[in-house]
Amino acid sequence: MRAPFALGCLALVYLSAVFAGFVAPYDPTTQHRELAFVSPTRIHFVDDTGRLHLRPFVYAMIPASTGTAVIEDRSRPYPIRFVVRGARGRVAGVADSDWHLFGTESPTPLFLFGSDDFGRDLFSRLLFGGQISLFAGLLGAALSLALGTVIGGVAGYYGGWVDEINMRIAELFLALPWLYLLFAVRMALPLDLAPTQAFLLVLILIAVVGWARPARLVRGLVLSARARDYVAAARCLGASDAYLLRRHVLPQIIGMLLTQAALLAPQYILAEVTLSFFGLGVEEPVPSWGNMLASLQRYHVVASYWWMFLPGIVMVPVFWLYHSLADALHRRAMST
Amino acid sequence: MMRLFGLLVLLVASVSASSFATQRAPASDRFVSTGDVGQRGGQLVVAQRTEPRTLNPITAVDSPSRDVIRRTTADLIHVNRDTQQLEPALAKSWTVSPDGRRFTLLLRRGVRFSDGDVFDADDVVFSFQVYLDEKVASTQRDNLMVGGKPIAVTKLDQYSVQIDVPDQYSSAERLFDSVAMLPRHLLAQPYQEGRLVEAWGLGTPAAAMAGLGPFRFAEHVPGERLVLERNANYWKEDRAGTQLPYLDRVVFVSVPSEDAQAVRFQAGEADVVTRLSATNFELLLKDQPRRNYELRDLGAGLTYEFVFFNQNDPAPALSAEAAARRRWFRQLAFRQAVGSAIDRDGIVRLTYRGRATPLWGHVPPGNKAWFNQALPRPARSLDRARQQLRAAGFSWLPDGTLIDDQRQPVAFTILTNSGNAERNQIATIIQDDLKQIGMRVGVVTLDLRAMLDRVMTTHDYDACVLGLSGGDGDPNSEMNVWLSSGATHLWRPGQKVPATPWEEEIDALMREQIRTRDGQRRKRLYDRVQLLVADNLPIISLVSPNVLVGATTGLANFRPTVLDHPALWNLEELFWRGRRAGAAQ
Repeated sequence: MRAPFALGCLALVYLSAVFAGFVAPYDPTTQHRELAFVSPTRIHFVDDTGRLHLRPFVYAMIPASTGTAVIEDRSRPYPIRFVVRGARGRVAGVADSDWHLFGTESPTPLFLFGSDDFGRDLFSRLLFGGQISLFAGLLGAALSLALGTVIGGVAGYYGGWVDEINMRIAELFLALPWLYLLFAVRMALPLDLAPTQAFLLVLILIAVVGWARPARLVRGLVLSARARDYVAAARCLGASDAYLLRRHVLPQIIGMLLTQAALLAPQYILAEVTLSFFGLGVEEPVPSWGNMLASLQRYHVVASYWWMFLPGIVMVPVFWLYHSLADALHRRAMST
Repeated sequence: MMRLFGLLVLLVASVSASSFATQRAPASDRFVSTGDVGQRGGQLVVAQRTEPRTLNPITAVDSPSRDVIRRTTADLIHVNRDTQQLEPALAKSWTVSPDGRRFTLLLRRGVRFSDGDVFDADDVVFSFQVYLDEKVASTQRDNLMVGGKPIAVTKLDQYSVQIDVPDQYSSAERLFDSVAMLPRHLLAQPYQEGRLVEAWGLGTPAAAMAGLGPFRFAEHVPGERLVLERNANYWKEDRAGTQLPYLDRVVFVSVPSEDAQAVRFQAGEADVVTRLSATNFELLLKDQPRRNYELRDLGAGLTYEFVFFNQNDPAPALSAEAAARRRWFRQLAFRQAVGSAIDRDGIVRLTYRGRATPLWGHVPPGNKAWFNQALPRPARSLDRARQQLRAAGFSWLPDGTLIDDQRQPVAFTILTNSGNAERNQIATIIQDDLKQIGMRVGVVTLDLRAMLDRVMTTHDYDACVLGLSGGDGDPNSEMNVWLSSGATHLWRPGQKVPATPWEEEIDALMREQIRTRDGQRRKRLYDRVQLLVADNLPIISLVSPNVLVGATTGLANFRPTVLDHPALWNLEELFWRGRRAGAAQ
């Protein structure tokens, strides 16, 4: 796969998370207590009389008398319309809007991916959850790479005792069982955190634990770049350290850094998911892919409601795109 | 050789049969069970959350240990779990003096411990001596103290004892329930040597233990199973004159979570499952036609789930914000508004799939003798909640955030314990309900020990969702909760003097009912307690979950109850109908 294509697809995924307020039909925390664990709403094209509708439609749902099952009220079809007005919410964190990408006039919600144990729309939660999980991955990768580049760069460029100290610390961090470290650190912090605080915390945790591997890589690259003849020549001509790093060393390693970013981002998405899965990340009712998957810790959910796996399943294409991107970037870096 | 061996077996069999016949107690001293007459043989596999820690009836505190020990021991007077009434056990009858303070108990003759030794008044006196000894620090000691003084037990003759209760006590006979009678011939020596607490651990050889229960300890494989075998000297028999119990063996296996227990039961690897969650119950129900088990919904039990606020005196070091929160929690209008806003029906529907009863008082309808039907049951109303808040000086910002009279936004956290999915879900529902009246609520999950530590000791919390099981249903078992000086007076434990007039009134009512022997009068007193709690909302009662149990098909006499233990209380009567012999192990 070519890098622009993978990048384009990923951009689309990220944009739909950023504009979740518009793309998602409902607020992710609105509970529909009559409609818990409802399977994905069936989208129809043919009604009971056999007539074909060009515009897809749904039926309203009536809760059955027992359990969580629902039945379709087939008396009236509700066409799915695009770009409609619905619940008011914040879009991309800047503007309030009541426009949504799609919706129906049905008295019961259109659960594209089904509903969860509180009758919340899983599709909307998935998109809003992406705001946390996807960006924790991306920003976590950026932050740990930045840290790793500075520390690894300094170690590789100056060598000597600076190198020794930095790299021994890096090895220490590599040897730590990071998952348990994250647990321990999270446990030591206040229990009740606002979602933004929790998000920042997860981000910082990821970066602090994750800087060592890129730092070792960057150190190696800088070490080899520094030893090149033209770098030595520039140095003899009186070039400053800053000039050398900017002009000669950084261009050598930028390709590898981007590849690393593409490899680290999915790892860190998974880290956020793991933390939230164990209740140490973003807390209910704010969705993240991890805390959405947490309900799978219960037997009856695993055994009865397949759509509750969807937050886990959507990670597969996202990770695949990231790995394709890393692959393409790697080839490009090798060929230059 | 084989013939000789066969002859020997025959001989042994006839000897043991005749020895039972010669040992049979006189008719008036026999306990005849009312259950269906069954057949001997087979085993029962029971799943427990954790392994028992001990087999010592004196020191056992954890419920897995108690569940096992109550099968290997017996008490003098027993609360029948089915009828919830008293029935004679090792004491075949008793009389009470007119002032209700002196009990004379007649013991059954011919009762033997599982090792064959005779049980008599000396064992009874020894048992109470041990339980009441301060140095032994037994868990039963507190229950056997009335008005701060211990009961006194005196031997009258070999088969009768006299028990003096130091003060008026409403249901003194209930004190004897589940107080295991100990074998003096085995435990007197360790007691004198001060080693009683270490006695009867899981590593003790079976021969060094004896009890009066239907089963006796056989073996323990750490981390795997604990096996009980039939007590051949048990003192109950069925209507056909067959000595109980019917089952040969009972195997306890530890299965750590409720989910895992449901899976084991579904797969036929355990014969009995109790304390099922409603969701797993539904799941098993759906699968029932293909499987070999039956499920029972016993309706409302004795457990009640509730939310309560921290009303302890704020520590001087407390931040201004935290002190403000305490101030709200102590306002009745605030608690009333929370009570008005909570969607109890939603909790019943979402969390319990309809298998629970919404509550407005702390005694659930499953507690038939004490439930107060006259309590008001106001429907959920956000409007009423807003009015109650407005009247108490709260107001709202334009974005809907609730603020107090000092303009501080109303935000607090609710604690629940991890590993209890129902309570987590209840907390999330309350969070959403309170959001609608402008309160920002965070839900925090801690493990049970850490949570109880915050509630009972450090008082570092805002609100908490918890459940209590209501003991045996009698209000006396909850004295500790309702007395303002009680250690489990959750919202404000261990008060030196009652902090509010209504707590003072509850104290007086609880102290009066414990001294009253007239049942109807006690009911009236406790009805008033329920009303005071419902009016003043120190705890906001939410729901009472149904008791949900299951057993492998063919288990006869299986009559589950809401009282503890729901399935094993009549273990001696259980037998396998047909040729089934229980789950494979």
